[in-house]
Amino acid sequence: MKHFLFTAAALAALTAPVQAETIAITGGKVVIGDGSAPIEGGTVVVRNGTIVAAGSGVAIPAGARQIDASGKWVTPGVFAGFTRLGLSEVDAVNGTNDKSGGNSGFSAAIDIAPAIDPFRSPFAVNRSAGVTRAVVAPDAANSIFAGMGAIADLGADSDAVTIPRAFQFAQFGEEGASKSGGSRAGNHLHFRAMLREAQDFAAGRGTFDDDLLKAEDAKALLSVLRGETRLLIHVEGANDMLRLIELKREFPTIKMVFVGVTEGWRVATQLAQAGIPVIASALNDLPASFEMLGATQSNIGRMKDAGVKVAIGMINDRDSHQLRYTTQYAGNLVSLERLPNATGLSWDEAFASISSVPADIMGVGDRLGSLKAGRAGDVVIWDGDPLELSSAATTVIIDGVEQPLSNRQQRLAYDR
Amino acid sequence: MRTSSALRSACFVLPLMLMACSAAEKPDTASASDAPSKPAAKVEAPFPSTYKAYPGTATAIRNVTIFDGEGNRIDNGVVFMSGGKISSVGGADTAIPGDVAVLDGGGKYVTPGIIDIHSHLGDYPTPSVEAHSDGNEATSPTTPEVWAEHSVWPQDPGFSRALANGGVTALQVLPGSANLMGGRSVVLKNVYARTVQGMKFPGAPYGMKMACGENPKRVYGSKGRMPSTRMGNVAVNRQTWIKAQEYRKKRDSGKDFTRDIGMETLAGVLDGDISIQNHCYRADEMAIVLDMAKEFGYKVSTFHHAVESYKIADLLRDNGVCSAVWADWWGFKMEAYDAIPENAAILHNTGACVIIHSDDENQIQRLNQEAAKAQADGRRMGINISDAEVIKWLTYNPAKALGIGDKTGSLKPGKMADVVLWNGNPLSVYARPEMVWVDGALMFDAKDPKRRPVSDFELGQPGEGDVK
Repeated sequence: MKHFLFTAAALAALTAPVQAETIAITGGKVVIGDGSAPIEGGTVVVRNGTIVAAGSGVAIPAGARQIDASGKWVTPGVFAGFTRLGLSEVDAVNGTNDKSGGNSGFSAAIDIAPAIDPFRSPFAVNRSAGVTRAVVAPDAANSIFAGMGAIADLGADSDAVTIPRAFQFAQFGEEGASKSGGSRAGNHLHFRAMLREAQDFAAGRGTFDDDLLKAEDAKALLSVLRGETRLLIHVEGANDMLRLIELKREFPTIKMVFVGVTEGWRVATQLAQAGIPVIASALNDLPASFEMLGATQSNIGRMKDAGVKVAIGMINDRDSHQLRYTTQYAGNLVSLERLPNATGLSWDEAFASISSVPADIMGVGDRLGSLKAGRAGDVVIWDGDPLELSSAATTVIIDGVEQPLSNRQQRLAYDR
Repeated sequence: MRTSSALRSACFVLPLMLMACSAAEKPDTASASDAPSKPAAKVEAPFPSTYKAYPGTATAIRNVTIFDGEGNRIDNGVVFMSGGKISSVGGADTAIPGDVAVLDGGGKYVTPGIIDIHSHLGDYPTPSVEAHSDGNEATSPTTPEVWAEHSVWPQDPGFSRALANGGVTALQVLPGSANLMGGRSVVLKNVYARTVQGMKFPGAPYGMKMACGENPKRVYGSKGRMPSTRMGNVAVNRQTWIKAQEYRKKRDSGKDFTRDIGMETLAGVLDGDISIQNHCYRADEMAIVLDMAKEFGYKVSTFHHAVESYKIADLLRDNGVCSAVWADWWGFKMEAYDAIPENAAILHNTGACVIIHSDDENQIQRLNQEAAKAQADGRRMGINISDAEVIKWLTYNPAKALGIGDKTGSLKPGKMADVVLWNGNPLSVYARPEMVWVDGALMFDAKDPKRRPVSDFELGQPGEGDVK
């Protein structure tokens, strides 16, 4: 709904924007989302689409619409750390599935933003479950570089993209190898060769090896090389992460973020030292592949304890439709804290891992992901602990606008 | 005799069938003259179970909230197990012999062991490499001759995760859904053994997997073979059932016949000895299957992945068919488009049988959570279902649908001591199994690293014996 890079006016003809009101939510148990403890009986004020203040002793502006949240929880909206939201209506129906660039011939240049369709039903379904923002990534087709992903909001309007071209997405490990001739050696060679070609392009040398890059791809990679665009890398295995940390030393300007990271705990110290944040799958605990032999649900907790910045994502895990699992996953990490020998997250950390931390990792923590002043007015009121299975979102506000919570599934259930 | 009456009624139903039955009734003169007549006895089941319960000690758990699996709740209750069986279940005053181990479960919960009626552990094990892909014999649309147990790798690490994180003590491993008739299923006790026979649930009847809809028609249509449509699906099924009826007649005629292991399975279904476990998403297709079952005189035990059951909840109730469902899977394929999270609650509210299943090596570890979500979605539309009733979806209902409801699935004296002690209400996201018993043997204890089951595959690997 609210753009950071484009003015709202430019899109006014399309979006018929709803006026953001001044809203004061009172009496609830307020979770700021930054890892701090919940505040009983707090107040949250949203004005002009933005958080004005949240906490105790917050003054209610004159003329604000008041929402009584007594007995309820008030949190920032869930920020889904890694998704394919809006890229598919029915996964197995090809015409509705835009996850990958297919045989377009392009790789890094692919910009997923125009494929994010807010009229697809996963928007309404996941909005009603309290998810308000999502990292949306393309899937890699024929190259280790999948293209540029976006940050989207789940507002009920025609403009889903908050930040287009927010990051580049690449594949390493088994999937990366399969896209570079079947070997991890090829994976690394492709990575280096494509970046060098991008540098050549910038230097005007333009000696293109056509099977690797087109000019448009080179432009996209230059932005990665210069550190202007984050590079999210899907990687699962310990060795692949260590070798990537070496690549980061070779290309120090690249801002790497690891995604998936099933064996992250095995190299947690190195990840922390390299300052590489991760968007990890929360509950992988099976050796689904030989790069996941060390899988354990304690992965995220151990990485956090080692000083790694960790958010929850759901790569290749029903990532176009079930963003609503995010709270359940966070709750499971809390449950580990009560399990002998397991390592999870405290409740406060767990909620941060689905709100402020993914926003921070994506470089937008000053604008999204928490109830701190100045952030986008994404606020959810829940009828109970938002990580508990029995709880539901009762009010969802995105960019200061209260959202409809109906969806097609409810019609199917209720109207019969 | 149950078998012949089923056949008779099928023959009387439709004129077409009458023709088929008449043809089958003609004496097979060739075989009658060529060979001495043999008794038409059913073949003794090969690959018998060699399962033996692990050693256990008589144990009483007191001061716990008990969900007994049959819809009852006992606060501050006692569960006493000995000799591998449930000995007694009751309130705080339940007698506990003086010489048994007593666990004080203050604030904790006890349920029967969780049962997953739809799993591919062992036949699609992890690591999910091509060499392990043993769940679909996708070379013919009807393969009733294959048995899932012959694909089960007993060292699948997934069994241990289902036990430790999910409290799963028994599961049905099914062939996949590429085929209309996918083959026999097998019911396993969730304990490691050297062989699949060592895991087979003693006395559990077999099931046969069938599949409606998109998968068979896609797999075979793409090969230029029948079926390529839903009507083709039904036609191939009906032709095959007719052959099964003819085979059964031959088998029962007292004359010599050549064994056909696929037909043995189908005849076993018509005999009522093998249950039908039918993958079927759409309501309209389930209704077609119910009529096909009537035509041929067999019963569908359970529709699996029945995401549209809510549209025909009354029909399913009246036919006594269970729906094995996910809480909220949706949108991954066209036939899953109308899935709703209220499905289980609507079914329950109509009086139809509900089972929560996984079909997934990850969600099998959280069936309790899936049930809790389905319960919550029901509550929001005004359908209030008690925790004790919801636990039935994971225990007694699947046990009954598998034909083992007299042996496990609820905490009743004399039944197998398949028991989970949870460290909180199992319908909370914050609860995990603390101890799991199978036949009275303690197979998992969260406090004891030595009791974390480790498969051979994981020995010497990163993470061996780690908390998972």
